Amino acid sequence: MKFSDFICEKAIRAQLGADNKKDVIDELVDSLLEAGEISADEKADIIAAIMKREELGSTGIGRGVAVPHTKHAGVGKLVGTVGVSVAGVDFNSLDGEKVQLFFLLISPPDRPGDHLRALENISKQLRGETFCRFLKQSRTSEDIRQLLEEADASQFSG
Amino acid sequence: MSSTAITRTVVVRNPNGLHARPADMLVREANRHQSEIMLEKDGTRADCKSILSLLTLGAACGTEMSLIAEGADAEQAAAMIVELFENGFHELE
Repeated sequence: MKFSDFICEKAIRAQLGADNKKDVIDELVDSLLEAGEISADEKADIIAAIMKREELGSTGIGRGVAVPHTKHAGVGKLVGTVGVSVAGVDFNSLDGEKVQLFFLLISPPDRPGDHLRALENISKQLRGETFCRFLKQSRTSEDIRQLLEEADASQFSG
Repeated sequence: MSSTAITRTVVVRNPNGLHARPADMLVREANRHQSEIMLEKDGTRADCKSILSLLTLGAACGTEMSLIAEGADAEQAAAMIVELFENGFHELE
């Protein structure tokens, strides 16, 4: 699975304004709402579900990366967005580090395989130092969009 | 001190596969042991002490993998991790 299969380009946020966990999730879900991927009346429910998942254990998986996510019947296919925080946000990460890179995912309840393949793609790309560093240095959504496109073309593999 | 490598076959049993939460549980268990603990799927190896590494496996329900533990406490480490897989990471109904 490639980034272009699940990342909504219009929802990419290069300079997140939020400085805490709840607000970051809010901002990213809002980006999907503005992009037309979710409906306004589902926003609160989706945010609550993502926060509930975080209570089971932070999705801050280390290296300054977090993958907040939930299943929700409001989406027909896996949708996601990318957000970058220049300063980093305290996300109760497993390694205690602040999080700069966010990949927020919402998947239909009956498609666990797609969610797994998205996580596989994200983790494989982020293992590469170059991709990780460039993403953290991105300051515009166009920078991020190009970076994801290059990653999809496997220019950072190895 | 001789270090012994132990190999076991594990199967992902929980319907949602090896997603972030099971990977987190696996890392926590692996970190209780000194041994090097790896999972191998189709020739790709992942370090059981790194969640990012485990997620690269994209191991869905039904996936069979080799668990390789090497070190002084390899036997116990392998047994505990096999149990996690058998219990479906506590996600079985």
